[in-house]
Amino acid sequence: MSEAVAVVAKRAAVDEVPDYDDHVVRLFIIASVFWALVGMTMGVLIAAQMVWPQLNVEPWFTFGRLRPVHTSGVVFAFGGNAVIGTSLYCVQRTCRARLPGRFAAEFVFWGYQLFIVLAALGYVMGVTQSREYAEPEWLTDLWLAIVWLTYLGLFIGTLLKRREAHIYVANWYYLAFIVAVTVLHVVNNLAVPVAWNEADSVSLFSGVQDAMTQWWYGHNAVGFFLTAGFLGIMYYYLPKQADAPIWSYRLSIISFWSLVFMYMWAGPHHLHYTSLPDWVQTLGMTFTIMLWMPSWASALNGFMTASGRWDRLRTDPVLRFMIVAVVFYAVATFEGPFMGVRTVNGLSHYTEWTISHVHSGALGWNGFIVFGAIYYLVPRIWGREAMHSRAALEWHFWLGLTGIMLYVTAMWGAGVMQGLMWRAYTSLGFLQYSFLDTVIAAKPYYAMRLLGGVLYLAGAGVMAWNVWRTIQEPRPAPAPAPVPAE
Amino acid sequence: MATDEKSPRFARLHGRFERRAVRFALAILVVLSVGGIVEVAPLFALENTVEKVEGIRPYTPLELAGRAVYIREGCYVCHSQQIRPFRDEVERYGPYSLAAESMYDHPFQWGSKRTGPDLARVGNKYSDDWHVRHLINPREVVPASIMPSYAFLATTPLRVERIDRLMRAHLRVGVPYSEEQLANARADLLAQAGAADDATEMLGRYPKSQARNFDGQPGVTEMDALVAYLQMLGTLVEFDWRRPRPDMIR
Repeated sequence: MSEAVAVVAKRAAVDEVPDYDDHVVRLFIIASVFWALVGMTMGVLIAAQMVWPQLNVEPWFTFGRLRPVHTSGVVFAFGGNAVIGTSLYCVQRTCRARLPGRFAAEFVFWGYQLFIVLAALGYVMGVTQSREYAEPEWLTDLWLAIVWLTYLGLFIGTLLKRREAHIYVANWYYLAFIVAVTVLHVVNNLAVPVAWNEADSVSLFSGVQDAMTQWWYGHNAVGFFLTAGFLGIMYYYLPKQADAPIWSYRLSIISFWSLVFMYMWAGPHHLHYTSLPDWVQTLGMTFTIMLWMPSWASALNGFMTASGRWDRLRTDPVLRFMIVAVVFYAVATFEGPFMGVRTVNGLSHYTEWTISHVHSGALGWNGFIVFGAIYYLVPRIWGREAMHSRAALEWHFWLGLTGIMLYVTAMWGAGVMQGLMWRAYTSLGFLQYSFLDTVIAAKPYYAMRLLGGVLYLAGAGVMAWNVWRTIQEPRPAPAPAPVPAE
Repeated sequence: MATDEKSPRFARLHGRFERRAVRFALAILVVLSVGGIVEVAPLFALENTVEKVEGIRPYTPLELAGRAVYIREGCYVCHSQQIRPFRDEVERYGPYSLAAESMYDHPFQWGSKRTGPDLARVGNKYSDDWHVRHLINPREVVPASIMPSYAFLATTPLRVERIDRLMRAHLRVGVPYSEEQLANARADLLAQAGAADDATEMLGRYPKSQARNFDGQPGVTEMDALVAYLQMLGTLVEFDWRRPRPDMIR
């Protein structure tokens, strides 16, 4: 029996609502909120270390060891738990099927938390590959591969059990996220352990080939972890919160396949003007510029889905989180290709401008779309009527937005300043500034960035409190009727 | 989501994928593999990716141990090792980086951020004493520095016995260490750190290497190893100011 026929046969039972596995979704959401606090606190700490270097406590808590704790903490722990949790909620509803297996989902949850803890402990103890965003060592990498393949099986297993003819568009993005991360993780972490009983390894590739492999990975950690996965969130939770269908089916198809195809080519823009051959740099730059297309197609689809409901931005802070997230997605994906142009990159590379760009994406797009999804999910999966405090939603929103604006403008200013100072010449033809001059000049900006980070963290703290209070509230007397699938 | 009524053929074509989970996943796998295959794979095959340059050699045991410290501490998050071919970078840091100079770097440490200066050619720019004092307390020699202090390196003995495994792992991924170099790994490490009577043999096995007591203290510490590594960075190839000497390129 073919898959399509099986789907039609299952439609006989179309009105029956399966017993969805929301337990594991609850676990992932709690983990996401928890790691948000940890990862962002680490960010604030290392931002403070750049203002007051005395805060570096050697050997365990130096900037060099804590920076990956921050990046992994927010990207893989906060973001990763959110994407996995939201995907498992979404795929069950849109397929009208329960997750397969009795233990697989919980294994993915606990296995993933173990990965995070192993990675973070490793960093502070100096166990690292020193490959940006792929720092965990070989044993932790192998463990993640096992967990990730189980997640892939869990997700595809649910798709195969579905009682809907079509696979919903959000699931395309989640699926691309899972498949791409599998490929990236395995290829980029190919390494030979120093010994079977040692934590360290030596990477299989070296020099220019290693640089290209690493940034093929690094760029697509952004492309598939921080973009495809989070677009999955947008394509399900934004229409749900806005009570509207996705604006254009055709635009979804075009943006999806062009994103899957083009992102993988854009890695070399991290290596402009380096020893990487020019032909690769040019190819990478070309595809980087082309990435405007899928990015803005998705952003447009998001905006137009909410179109006609703009008045709700005043009254519905959850929808506001999501729409502002799409604004930041549009802004960050406009800035990205601009910075990927070789001559612009000549100025921006190695400076805080990069940090500004990353955080407009991470704080604005990834953070806000996750906050929106968490506020959508928490009352539903815990069976409450609404979040405990509406005022807290507003506080979170404005603290977060103010934090982002301070952070992004501070680092943008610092970055452009560094780039210009490094290349400044006196009228006599000498370099105008020593490197140290640029360190001193950046200090006020570092302080301003710290303040932005503190505000954003405070917003996340308000969210954690609000989520906690919502869970603590007594359930409303009549159990809410299950939401029909669509 | 409603199927687009206006273009049933378009919808039907895509329906062949979006109605079949495994086929959809395989289609994603194929489409996303293209970019990597076109951009990454040729770099291993094309001979002109890494120019042949005289003077490049694998790291000495002590330098390799120092590099392991550099990797462990995550120095790459603030220091690049890649000088771009710009007038200001070449004047500030030295001749632009060549691919060959990192051909034995597993993994590469080009970095992506300069919170501190580029280190690709920091070798022989400062004295050993400057490096040791700077690592123990950066603000003693550079008052405005925001670098963490690494005083513990000066008191942490280097785990000399680990060097054999580390070098053999590098051999396994393609670094051409000779049997002689592998057999003498520990002796060479101690000799380069000034902990043996004679470093002549070691200097013969590794051209342009420098042997001395880098931290000025008895015993071989992680400080010795890290300073030895920093002092050789960018020193292997000889340049005519901005460019490699033409006779150095084969």
